[in-house]
Amino acid sequence: MIEVKGVSFTYPNGVEALREVSLTIHDGEFVAIMGQNGAGKTTLVKQFNGLLKPTRGEIFVDGVNTRKVSVATLARKVGFVFQNPDHQLFCETVEDEVAFALRNFGFEESTIKKRVAWALNLLDLTEYRETSPFMLSGGERKRVALASVLAWNPKVVVLDEPTIGQDHKQKEKLRQFIVQLIAQRKTVIIVTHDVEFVAECNSHVVLMAQGKIVAKGSAKQMLTNSALVTQASIVSPQITQIFLELADLGMPIDLINIHEAREALLNFLEVDS
Amino acid sequence: MTVIEAKGLTYTYPGGTRRALEDVSITIEKGEFVILTGPSGCGKTTLCRCLNGLVPNFYGGKLEGEILVTGLKVSEHQIYELARHVGLVFQNPENQLFALFVEKDVAFGLENLGVPRDEIRKRVDWALQMTNIENLRERAPHELSGGQQQRVAIACVLAMQPDVMVLDEPTSFLDPLGAQQIFDVISRLNKELGITVVMVEHRLDLASRYSNHVVVMDKGKVVLDGEPKDVFSSEAARLIGVGIPKATRLSQVLEMSGVRLGRVPVTSEEASQVLKEVLSRD
Ligand SMILES: Nc1ncnc2c1ncn2[C@@H]1O[C@H](COP(=O)(O)OP(=O)(O)OP(=O)(O)O)[C@@H](O)[C@H]1O
Ligand SMILES: Nc1ncnc2c1ncn2[C@@H]1O[C@H](COP(=O)(O)OP(=O)(O)OP(=O)(O)O)[C@@H](O)[C@H]1O
Ligand SMILES: [Mg+2]
Ligand SMILES: [Mg+2]
Repeated sequence: MIEVKGVSFTYPNGVEALREVSLTIHDGEFVAIMGQNGAGKTTLVKQFNGLLKPTRGEIFVDGVNTRKVSVATLARKVGFVFQNPDHQLFCETVEDEVAFALRNFGFEESTIKKRVAWALNLLDLTEYRETSPFMLSGGERKRVALASVLAWNPKVVVLDEPTIGQDHKQKEKLRQFIVQLIAQRKTVIIVTHDVEFVAECNSHVVLMAQGKIVAKGSAKQMLTNSALVTQASIVSPQITQIFLELADLGMPIDLINIHEAREALLNFLEVDS
Repeated sequence: MTVIEAKGLTYTYPGGTRRALEDVSITIEKGEFVILTGPSGCGKTTLCRCLNGLVPNFYGGKLEGEILVTGLKVSEHQIYELARHVGLVFQNPENQLFALFVEKDVAFGLENLGVPRDEIRKRVDWALQMTNIENLRERAPHELSGGQQQRVAIACVLAMQPDVMVLDEPTSFLDPLGAQQIFDVISRLNKELGITVVMVEHRLDLASRYSNHVVVMDKGKVVLDGEPKDVFSSEAARLIGVGIPKATRLSQVLEMSGVRLGRVPVTSEEASQVLKEVLSRD
């Protein structure tokens, strides 16, 4: 469980990035943090693994105050993928990169081998095993960063913009994998601007603007509320936009993804689905 | 008038295991708004790098085939000469920013071209305004959030007003409302000044409405090249895993359930319209 209690954070240059933020994320929860550029999303999640410590207020991860434990201890619990993969990758080969944390945590070589092979396969990177991460495309680099964290199966997974540079197929694989993590009662926190991905995931949503949380709730509640959507500088999913125009004809206006849309339309037209 | 003409481009990065581009030929006319899409690793960024000479001049290796941009043979000109005509927004904004202040970064290209001071100031102000970062002008680029950095990178190219703007996933770090505003700005420059736009995008739900030409690549090759509605409704696009706009996708799943729509919507307005007709049919 992650508890954020009245956290404010100011960078050395004087920017007040978080203002009295409070939030509780339970085990097995899947939360998407969304909102305005510069709202403080990255600054907030960096507090979860102790990369940043609150200027005021407190953060508890599984009951432990992040101020009172080392980053190394927190790092065993909280896997963190940076918004920009270049801040994370440093090994000579993709394989070493993905094995790095596993080695660091003292796993056995045979386990490491298995976990690395598994993660590379999950993220479609097997062919790049021996390639330098710096000779990959942007989307591939992001997937190496994802693989290097998912490989060691952390209890809490924090992914800052996981879908950047990913095509539809990769996003769908990632979504299915997150569903599996949740089924194992892992906690998954993503920061994302990808409204369509969130609509598809149907996760909880936390909306941020100007260093504060403006609202939280289900994806449906958040993404179909036009006032909140505007306040957080996001837009509604395309399906929501389409159905807003069909309200006069008696269609529901709180649909967010294709599955719901298809069902509602077929029902209305009395076609068997 | 043809602005970009690539013929048989084939390229392997030094040390690369396979071809990043394989026999790529495309023709882009002045004033087109082209979306370039396809699976991660298919060669989109590499093609962008060919348009301003980074490939092969900076990355090395041999580029086979020929490429002309605004009538210039890219292979016969230096990157800085081409910069006058082609502006590239990098996929990773951080790699593009190096000045101490945002304002300096945005002015840099113009200073290099020897543009007069007054004109530079005007254009920088305008670019900062268009990207909504006037309040960040005196901040250090490396102390900005991801989306703020991307806005700066876009402002750098907007300020240059080149004949061709190449934008490699220019809104991947932007909040969705900001992304829409940037698309609107670029679309306006495209329509009013006839600036040719080549934009790499995965999030086609947002971008499709602005485009009149879509190119899909897969494994280093161009596999689809045409109008948005034709490309998005093709079976190939779905199989490759292109993120077809939800408007188009919805029409496809309805057709599969036997609901005839009659035409292919790309934007949400088009989809609402088509659905209105279907729902009030009987
Ligand atoms: N290293 C830093 N030094 C100083 N200020 C920073 C730094 N990183 C971010 N900021 C500032 O802190 C505020 C919050 O930034 P943060 O990166 O948390 O935003 P974000 O919500 O993740 O935005 P984005 O969607 O653009 O990634 C912004 O005003 C930003 O300019
Ligand atoms: N600097 C480099 N050195 C060697 N190989 C590279 C380099 N950059 C990219 N590649 C390889 O070239 C191919 C094409 O990469 P490119 O960056 O053009 O893909 P992309 O379509 O832009 O992908 P993405 O959507 O993930 O950004 C990939 O197989 C990639 O691994
Ligand atoms: Mg961020
Ligand atoms: Mg790319």
